[in-house]
Amino acid sequence: MIEFTCVTKQYPDGTVAVDDFSGQFPPHQTTVLLGSSGCGKTTILRMVNRMVEASSGTITIDGENIAQRDVVPLRRSIGYVMQNAGLLPHRRVIDNIATVPLLNGTPKAEAHARAEELMDLVGLDRSMARRYPNQLSGGQQQRVGVARGLAADPNILLMDEPFGAVDPLVRRDLQAELRRIQSELGKTIVFVTHDVEEAFTLGDQIIILANGGQVAQRGTSEEILAHPANDFVAGFIGLAQGERTLHRSPDGGGVLVDGHGRAVGVLAEEPAP
Amino acid sequence: MRWIGDNLDVIGGHLVSHLLLAVPPIVASFLLALPVGWLAGRVRWLRAPLLSAAGLLYAIPSLPLFVVLPLVIGTGVRDATNIIVALTLYGLALMVPATADALRSVDPRVVDAADALGYGGVRRFLTVELPVAGPTLLAGLRVVAVSTISLVTVGAVLGVPSLGMLFTDGFQRNIMPSILAGIVLTIALALVVDALLVALGRLVLPWTRPAAAAVVAPTQAEVAP
Repeated sequence: MIEFTCVTKQYPDGTVAVDDFSGQFPPHQTTVLLGSSGCGKTTILRMVNRMVEASSGTITIDGENIAQRDVVPLRRSIGYVMQNAGLLPHRRVIDNIATVPLLNGTPKAEAHARAEELMDLVGLDRSMARRYPNQLSGGQQQRVGVARGLAADPNILLMDEPFGAVDPLVRRDLQAELRRIQSELGKTIVFVTHDVEEAFTLGDQIIILANGGQVAQRGTSEEILAHPANDFVAGFIGLAQGERTLHRSPDGGGVLVDGHGRAVGVLAEEPAP
Repeated sequence: MRWIGDNLDVIGGHLVSHLLLAVPPIVASFLLALPVGWLAGRVRWLRAPLLSAAGLLYAIPSLPLFVVLPLVIGTGVRDATNIIVALTLYGLALMVPATADALRSVDPRVVDAADALGYGGVRRFLTVELPVAGPTLLAGLRVVAVSTISLVTVGAVLGVPSLGMLFTDGFQRNIMPSILAGIVLTIALALVVDALLVALGRLVLPWTRPAAAAVVAPTQAEVAP
């Protein structure tokens, strides 16, 4: 369990990125921080591994205040996956994945064996182990990033818009893989995105943020869709614009249209499983 | 041509002396520029003065420097140390800005990633920033190497043996083959050392090899549903 209590981040120039944020990230679940750019979602994420230091308030992991922990071991104990993968360009795929175990002093053969298992887990062919990051496509790099985040078998995985830079098809593929991996591993995942669909696809719990890390609503995707807390939330997730208000097409044939009359799907004959 | 055949031992001796004078300043300026370049990148207000000071070193005329330096460091004018120290100063003039630029050129996202993974400061510098800056550092080092090999010849005016002596002697005694041999060999030596540095770069910076940088087609992992 990660717990934020009255956490504020103010930069020296006076900008308040996060103002009095409190919240819990339950264990073995995926919590998505959803908001537009500048809402403080990445700042909140980066405070968990102290890439950003909180100005006030407390952050605890399993009851332990992280401000009292040495920052280097803290970071090594938390998986981190960033946008554009953030791979080390001078190290081969296998060494990129094994980075944290190698930093922790795991023997090279053992770390590499573990890295190869992770390549299987994230759907990377083992033949790519000896390649350098610039020899991989964007989607492959992102898989390496996920594998690297999992290499030291951390309880917590922080994911900062990890799939933001890949094309929509690959992104969907990666989201599906992440769901599969999460169903196997049950990590405590904190996932930052501005993509509503992605948040609904991946989040067990979704926290919608307005500016300054103000919580606009938290809940499951069903709860948020059924009862948006306010106009901001309704607008953000597309309820206000009619994009999610679906009707049968007047032309019949089971085609569904949104509030603007655009065809968006078909009605299945059987109820969803 | 006969002069060259008759004087191969002299030419060979000068070639070796030339190398012995050139290599230490090349290595020393590379190593000394690392902490200075790091400092210039790390401490913002030091950057401009350090880089200006390094640039000014290059403005010192070489002959007076060779003459004045022994008074400062207490060596003889014809001492090899004198030449080596002077050439190291010139090397620093080129290498300090090159190092500062190379370290600054490292993608901040890579540094950020290293921090997030749990690299400590020293380890991050030595095993991430330095190698990633490698190609730019190498470009700077190549200029230093060529420039140093060329500057070593100035020492001949003071009587320090190097390939430069082939042309100082050649001019005094009016031996054209000697002058030509001195010039050609200096250029050839510079080219050979440069080629060696490029080869060394391929060896220690394998991810920059053209084959490694080639974009490859997505494989099945990418295409699979």
